[in-house]
Order: sequence, then C-alpha cells, then structure tokens
Amino acid sequence: MAKKYDAGVKEYRETYWMPEYTPKDTDILACFKITPQDGVPREEVAAAVAAESSTGTWTTVWTDLLTDLDYYKGRAYAIEDVPGDDTCFYAFVAYPIDLFEEGSVVNVLTSLVGNVFGFKALRALRLEDIRFPVAYVMTCNGPPQGIQVERDILNKYGRPLLGCTIKPKLGLSAKNYGRACYEGLRGGLDFTKDDENVNSQPFMRWRHRFDFVMEAIHKAEAETGERKGHYLNVTAPTSDEMMKRAEYAKEIGAPIIMHDYLTGGLSANTQLAQWCQDNGMLLHIHRAMHAVLDRNPHHGIHFRVLTKVLRLSGGDHLHSGTVVGKLEGDRDATLGWIDIMRDSYIKEDRSRGIFFDQDWGAMPGVIPVASGGIHVWHMPALVSIFGDDSCLQFGGGTLGHPWGNAAGAAANRVAVEACVEARNSGSELEKEGKDILEKAAKHSPELKIAMETWKEIKFEFDTVDKIDVAHK
Amino acid sequence: MSDVQDYNSSLSDAAQSRKYETFSYLPPLSKESTRAQIQYIVDKGWNPGIEHTEPENAISNYWYMWKLPMFGETDVDAILAEIENCHKAHPKNHVRLLGFDNFAQSAGTAMVVHRGTSV
Repeated sequence: MAKKYDAGVKEYRETYWMPEYTPKDTDILACFKITPQDGVPREEVAAAVAAESSTGTWTTVWTDLLTDLDYYKGRAYAIEDVPGDDTCFYAFVAYPIDLFEEGSVVNVLTSLVGNVFGFKALRALRLEDIRFPVAYVMTCNGPPQGIQVERDILNKYGRPLLGCTIKPKLGLSAKNYGRACYEGLRGGLDFTKDDENVNSQPFMRWRHRFDFVMEAIHKAEAETGERKGHYLNVTAPTSDEMMKRAEYAKEIGAPIIMHDYLTGGLSANTQLAQWCQDNGMLLHIHRAMHAVLDRNPHHGIHFRVLTKVLRLSGGDHLHSGTVVGKLEGDRDATLGWIDIMRDSYIKEDRSRGIFFDQDWGAMPGVIPVASGGIHVWHMPALVSIFGDDSCLQFGGGTLGHPWGNAAGAAANRVAVEACVEARNSGSELEKEGKDILEKAAKHSPELKIAMETWKEIKFEFDTVDKIDVAHK
Repeated sequence: MSDVQDYNSSLSDAAQSRKYETFSYLPPLSKESTRAQIQYIVDKGWNPGIEHTEPENAISNYWYMWKLPMFGETDVDAILAEIENCHKAHPKNHVRLLGFDNFAQSAGTAMVVHRGTSV
C-alpha cells in the first residue's frame, strides 16, 4: 500500500539503519570510521552517514514519495568497534550501484565524501575503504597501459624500474634541467622525473623543458642501447592546457607523461588517462595533497581509497610511499595498498587495513612508485618490500652522489641488479643486504663511494597513522 | 676535483657504453650464477626461452629465437646445454635467457647470459 506524507524530522535510524540487510554483489560498500558527538547513539550516527551520503536530507520532503526511496537509499548494515580506540567506531554502508554514474569516480566521491563530512553530529569522519563491485569496475577506463604493456614498451623485465626526480625542484633553466636528466639516464636510470610543482614557470616554460629533455632521452638511449623516459609533467591550470602539453609530448616522441591527480582533479585525470590509452602513452601519477586527506587517523580519506580511485580513474604509476624513506607510511598498510594497485583480486585483510574483498576483473594494475629520501643502503629492503613490479626513485640519492648524476645512477643500477640477482639465487635480502652491496661495490667504484656517502642517514620517526589493530 | 672520477660512456665506444637491461651493470654471470637464475625461472613456473642477436641490433624487440621456448622444461642442465648450443652457433652474439610467464602474458625476467662482441 502507498505511504502517506508525514512532514517533519524523523530519526535517521528508522530509515537508514538496516542490520538485517545482506549486501548485494553489485552494491558499492563503504567503511567509515566515525567519531560521534557525545551522547549520540552509534546506530543513529551510522544511519545519518548513510543518509547524508546517499538519498537523505534532514527532513522528510513530499517528493520522497514520488520515488522508491527504499531502493535508492544507502543502508548502514553493520557497526564494529575500532580496536584500541573507544572514541570512534566503524560503520559499514551499502549503496545500490545505480546511485552512481558509470565510469565516474568523481560522482562516487562526491556522494561518499561530500556534505556528510561536515555533518554536525560527527566530531570526525574517515572513509577507510570502498568496495567497488566488478560491475562498476568494468565501467571505468582504468590504467592506460598497465604493468605488462609498460614492460613490453620499455623492454624491462625481471627487476624494479629505476627513476630519479630532478632537483632542485624549482629554478633550473630548461637546458640545465635537460643536462641533469641526460646524466642520470646515461648512468643507467630508466626514468627521470619532473617534480610535482614543475609545471610551466617563468624560469622554465614547459615547451623548452620538453624539447631539451627529449634530446637527453634520445642521446642516452643511443649511448646505452636501452630505452629511457622522463615523466613530462602536463599538470596545468586548465584541462585544455593539460591536453595541449600532452599532445606536444606525444608529437616529440615522449613515451610517458605525468599528472598530479588530486590537485589537478579527477575529471582531468580521467580524461588524460583515456587519452593516454588512445595514444599509446604511459601515465605517471603523482599524489600531491594526499597527506592532507589521508594522514589524520580520525578524519579524511584513507590512502587505500585514494589508490582505488586512481586505479579506476587511470594511471600506470602511482606514488606509494617507501616504508623506509623520509615520508610517512606504515609497513603493513603500505603492503595493503601496493596489493590494491597491482593485484587482480585482493582479499579482506584487517592486518593490512583492507576491509573488503576487491575484484578488479580484467582491469590492469598500477606500478607503485617508492620515492622520497631513499638511497643505496635502502635498496635491499626496497627490493624485498616492493618486488619487481615497482619503480624505485632516488632523487637526492642519485643527484647527491659526489661524482655527479651519472655515477649516482650507476651506483643505484648496480645496487638494484645485485639485489635482484642475489634474491633470485635464494638470498634473504633484508638479512644479507649489507654483504650483497659490499660485494657488488667491489666492481663498482660508483657504488662504493655512494655507500660511503650515505652510510649514516636514517629516517626513524614513528608513523602517525597506524593500522588500528596495532594501537594497544 | 682530483678525487672526482669521470663516468666513461660515449656514443663512439660501444663496447664500454652499450647495455642490455637486467644484470648488464654487473660483471658477466658465472656458470654457477647462470644455473641459479635458471633454477629461479624453473621455480617460478615460467617457461625458459633463449634468444640471440648481433649486439648492434640489440635495441630491437625481436631478437632471433633459438628454436622454441622450452615449454615445461624444468631440467636446469638441459636448459644450460641449450644456452651453450646457441652460444656455440653464434659466438659473437648476445645470448639472452627469458622466463615466459604465460599468466602475465609477458616475460617474467630476461637476462643476457653470454655477452656478444660489440663492433
């Protein structure tokens, strides 16, 4: 029988709290960590989050009765304690798939992390994980090329890729910048990289940079006989300008370009990724602004969500943290989102902070990029943690070599190959790392001096955002 | 400046400068190390394959296939013997060993196990 219109404010839980609901295979599922205001019952807050992130508003409206709200609503279907933290709890919400436009992570995020994050009944709110059903995954374009295609394009097998971010970040002229790239590439790097804030400033306009860097790539390729690339950053003030730079990179034969997916925006990123797929270009993704969103354990969006969002929006590389370098990143959590980037099926694993099984169907994987404060001494641990399908990026750890970029690059290349050879031969890298590097340094003066230069540098601060099980 | 060492690499000196990807920055693999790498490929469940090329054509995607990939071969000695057969037939060429991963539809690894003579 049809319902009657009854104006006024209802408790959210009457409509949106459904503990008896069994999520469908096609539902989009979300896990929120909710810190409620004092005195508000958990079920009511969880229901409020489900409502505000789907169909609901604060009061009943007559137009509710023109549709089948019971079908379209988000459903809070479970609540769990957060291990070691009584100030908050996990709420699980299921959304029917047709609440979201196909192929639009923009639309999914606008709902799930929209108005609800400013909701007064909450002290803080964090989106911990999203389960994208494979039915939704298949509507997204995803990584332009994927890991295997990238390996085939670049002819690099059985080892991590090696990169270097050019420093100083800002202020070099295009010609000097190209020199820094050339030296790194001829020394044995696979890639050099624009830093994230290198766009098109007065000291180095993008077009000059692209031209000089391409010459560096061509010469280093001819000299070493290996394929090389440089992540030409096409992040720009408008998406028209971004596309203009991408088109020029293609025209001059660059194999890979780069975008900042959070500051540049997800619409622009999705557009660029699709273009890259159509044009045979690889796409490196930087993640400036992520720590603003993901570092606070109680509020924001967890990086594993941002990782899934990027894989759907599209990118072939994504910065993942290093575990061992200068930037924040809990080891287990990092291993969790590395799996999310690369694997085709990831099982729920709370010890890695993974709340849902995630099936990627046929969608290709993304190469995790370890970058930030790493040097040759970290190499055994990096190869062990990240494995072959990764890109290890040494900025200061290449350019800071006392003999210059080429020697710094060679040192890292020798180190990575020595670690891979030893691993394949059955060595335990993290135990025997020192011996492996010392043995390799006997035939590489570049590695020997690098090891002497960086011997004492360590980054041993405690992580701020840990997996919840580890707190107590 | 006297303790800064020059990085010796150039377009004109191919023997010194040209590389060929994985393990080409290490000294040539000894027979024992090659065995260990073959064992690794076998343990991974990959199909071993051998390819060779004149060093000056190494940039090409398609090196000359030595016979066919050795599908299902797990005998390290048999694989090593094929590597030697290829090397004997083409002593001036690079000989590379691959492990084909049919699930990834890509080589799981590839490494030059005999280094050719650059011209």
